[in-house]
Amino acid sequence: MKYALFLGCTVPVRALNYEISARKVANKLNIELVDINDFSCCGFPIKSVDRETFLLMAAKNLSLAEEKGLDICSLCSACCSVLTEANKELKEDEDLRKRINKELSVLGRKYEGKIKVKHFTRILYEDIGLDKIRENLKVDLSKFKFAAHYGCHYLKPSEIYEGFDDPENPKTLDELIEVTGARSIPYEDKKGCCGGGILGIDEITALKVAKNKLDHVKSAEADAICLICPFCSIMYEGSQKKIERQFEAEYNLPVLYYPQILGLALGIPQEELGFKVNRIKPREILAKL
Amino acid sequence: MSEKEEKVIKVSELDPNFKYEIQKEAGGENITRCFACGSCTAACPVREVNEKYNPRKIIRMALLGMKERVLSSDFIWLCSSCYTCYERCPQDVKITELMNAMKNIAVKEGYIHPSFVAQMEVLNSHGRLYEIGDFDNKKRIKVGLPQIEESAEDTKKLFKQEGVDKLIE
Repeated sequence: MKYALFLGCTVPVRALNYEISARKVANKLNIELVDINDFSCCGFPIKSVDRETFLLMAAKNLSLAEEKGLDICSLCSACCSVLTEANKELKEDEDLRKRINKELSVLGRKYEGKIKVKHFTRILYEDIGLDKIRENLKVDLSKFKFAAHYGCHYLKPSEIYEGFDDPENPKTLDELIEVTGARSIPYEDKKGCCGGGILGIDEITALKVAKNKLDHVKSAEADAICLICPFCSIMYEGSQKKIERQFEAEYNLPVLYYPQILGLALGIPQEELGFKVNRIKPREILAKL
Repeated sequence: MSEKEEKVIKVSELDPNFKYEIQKEAGGENITRCFACGSCTAACPVREVNEKYNPRKIIRMALLGMKERVLSSDFIWLCSSCYTCYERCPQDVKITELMNAMKNIAVKEGYIHPSFVAQMEVLNSHGRLYEIGDFDNKKRIKVGLPQIEESAEDTKKLFKQEGVDKLIE
């Protein structure tokens, strides 16, 4: 199993623990991740400014993976969503494809519609599968309670994801957590957005949206919140101290990426899973292992 | 404008063609399907914490033709793109994409939000939203991750060709 690893903008600078743990887990489960240095921004931020430019940015990245004959594996849910959306639209609309290719020729590139885009979590669930993960488990995590945070773009808009999971009643991340032996606990407003999309527009509003989730997870007494998108982490981990100051709250809630949790269960040594990079140290969890 | 005056809708200031203009923009095609049920507003995580953002009201304003008020507003930029309303809308108005369509029109009319100018400047210089400089690469190498050589050349060429480079001049 071989994928082109699409890191996007946020992961390689702001979510090294996600990248480190995802690469380790992939290696353990025989998923080969190929780096393509010429990948650039997926185009997501430009959708609000000019749709055509967004499609071109996405098409350029897609064409780079096509050239290698590889499907794309994305760690970021927003990158996954817009690359999937552009891929679907360009595959289905011949006139649009012709126009975009004409414009893309300025880079000497051509989009052909030959590959798929998948989120790393979806690859774990669909391509590897719970059974294979179960066979490789080394460490029992049954003493832990995690709060699954699906975020938005992993499953939405659902029309681009070919029926994968149910955005109103999702289960894939819960099942991936529970296969490790840990409990995926229920909590209020589980599908809630992190607010990251408007952090640059109206910080206080974005922090209020994130605060709702932190309140709900805290009151459900989770050991940590479990994420699969780097921007959600900017809100829940990167901004947690700020939210505490702004709203006179206290959380001290560890924020883990799913591959960090799975990595522990697969017996990968904790020092190889990027926990040192976590800003809110998950000391209690690591001590209990 | 006083608060009372702000609430008055003057028919002479409405542009009945605004909704058709939106329909022509990719993502805005279904705006006239809206029957104002408010499922979008009820589901919106931003509306929950900030009353300034109200998708039902924004769509209503657009349908009435309040073009300038909508395009020059700060509220159209407050959509967090979570797609909750998009999934739940019984009329398939595709609200998240409709908001993007209105933002795209606002940009053409000269109302781009400053945070997007800032993001485009970074993209135009680095090809990514976060610069990857020597410092970042040293950090990456230290934790065993491969180095990344950033290049802005492609993004710069695309911005220029599409004319969006003018937004950051």
